[in-house]
Amino acid sequence: MKISREDVLRVAELAHLELSAGEIETYRGQLDEILTYIDKLKQLDVANVEPMAQGLFTSVVADDSVTTAHREWREDVLRQCDVADAILSQAPDAARPFFRVPKVIER
Amino acid sequence: MSAPTPWTVASVREALTAKKISARELAAEFYGRIEERNAALNVYLTLCHERANAQADKIDAAIAQGESLPPLAGVPIAVKDVISTRGVRTTCGSKILESYVPPYDATAVERLENAGAVVLGKTNCDEFAMGSSNENSAYGVVRNPVATDRVPGGSSGGSAAAVAAGLAVVALGTDTGGSIRQPGSFCGIPGLMPTYGRVSRYGLVAFASSLDKIGPFTANIGDAAAVMAVIAGHDPNDSTSANVPVEDYRAAIKQPVAGLRIGVPEDYFGAGLDPEVKQKVQAGIATLERLGCKRIPLQMPHTDYAIAAYYIIATAEASSNLARYDGVRYGLRVPGSTLIDMYRKTRETGFGPEVKRRIMLGTYALSAGYYDAYYLRAQKVRALIARDFSDAFQKVDAIVTPTAPTPAFRLGEKASDPLQMYLADIYTVTGSLAGVPGISVPCGTTKAGLPVGMQIFSPHFREGSTLQIASAFEIAGGFSA
Repeated sequence: MKISREDVLRVAELAHLELSAGEIETYRGQLDEILTYIDKLKQLDVANVEPMAQGLFTSVVADDSVTTAHREWREDVLRQCDVADAILSQAPDAARPFFRVPKVIER
Repeated sequence: MSAPTPWTVASVREALTAKKISARELAAEFYGRIEERNAALNVYLTLCHERANAQADKIDAAIAQGESLPPLAGVPIAVKDVISTRGVRTTCGSKILESYVPPYDATAVERLENAGAVVLGKTNCDEFAMGSSNENSAYGVVRNPVATDRVPGGSSGGSAAAVAAGLAVVALGTDTGGSIRQPGSFCGIPGLMPTYGRVSRYGLVAFASSLDKIGPFTANIGDAAAVMAVIAGHDPNDSTSANVPVEDYRAAIKQPVAGLRIGVPEDYFGAGLDPEVKQKVQAGIATLERLGCKRIPLQMPHTDYAIAAYYIIATAEASSNLARYDGVRYGLRVPGSTLIDMYRKTRETGFGPEVKRRIMLGTYALSAGYYDAYYLRAQKVRALIARDFSDAFQKVDAIVTPTAPTPAFRLGEKASDPLQMYLADIYTVTGSLAGVPGISVPCGTTKAGLPVGMQIFSPHFREGSTLQIASAFEIAGGFSA
């Protein structure tokens, strides 16, 4: 067994998920099966391989012009951005110009 | 069931300029078809009549004035519901965004509308694009229009079914691990995943940011070229969009394919491949050989590790991207006694089972003590898979494989077994990890009448080559062989 009930509870807490008792057992079994399958990654020797974190930023792409094109950054220029009302109109509980949430700090 | 008249980008243009139909009438014809069939197929989640009519009226006014028409004038399109549309509800197939209305348009949508396209509505999909069957939508399954007891594929199942059923001429989908190509294969239409960075993702709701791409479903390859000509290209609003010149796709599809080297990796034709699919794809490759392509056997030795690497990387990125759904700024909020309690109740209520499963898997893979063993290792294996592709493209111009190991499976057939569902992506996730473009083209049907898809990969930013081969195959009759 790769993953215990305690592991599931720990991960659910990290991910801010409040799982039901049924979900805890279902996910434990399913994640166990998936992680067992994923163990096949251990068959490969990757000691001298650079990780590929982003689609095209890495040296595995043969064409240099491709990687260069992806490394370009634009100038950081100030632009008008008058969207606060549009955004707040989507909020479950807005108190303009703020989003309102349950009290965080206890006095 | 009688099939409606198949409209294409070209036939729409011809009919509009000859004044055989107005853009407004054409939109009405499509809304009529949708009204007739959407209850059975569940393709569209939201329709936007007002927006479509306003756009159609603009086109009709331009026609009346004798103005020259933009390239997609009057073409009715569908947009996958993970792509933002200003003022039109965008749910991502999730309860957590059930009433979310974006304040802006995705660049791809804006470009299509600037080119004259008429957005009919938003299509059903697996929740946050996570799935291979469209069974993970919070708004019910989509039925495959070719065989309604079967899945349309996923996650862009609604978009594929819309085009296949004649409920849109073109549809935008998204592809993270196969979500355009596999439903294209299952529904019997072409579906193109562009190179990573070729089409702007501004306004695409993120699932796995190093893998997500937007691309088209169309009835034919000429239409795919026409749509790509509009949506491809650099966008300053997307820092991952590439500033690489856009090829002339419409010119590319007219180029002959004789002499092109077609790589056929034996790793894609082994155990688990349905014999009828294998036979159809082999016949498709034979058709390309008859057109003068040279068949080159290949080895891509890391293919077998792609699913494992993909499901770590994609879920890790998803767990991070989906942290934003917390009930604070938009979407569902379930009240809680504290802030954390509100987060937990909101996410527990708003997310469906597959999304929670992937968040759990991704969070686990990124958590202290497991990062090196899972996430870092998966990224290294990703580099090996990408190297398989770059090595192959030293020897060949394109790689041809099956799109999926089977034709469309039955609704419910794999729904209770997540790992079996993940394994259905075995031939598509490789190209996703490498970031190369790939298309699924129809290559005939099984004895039971189910479509089979053949996949063509090209090097980065060579969609023109992908489309060129696909077009030659289409003209040779390969789609219906």
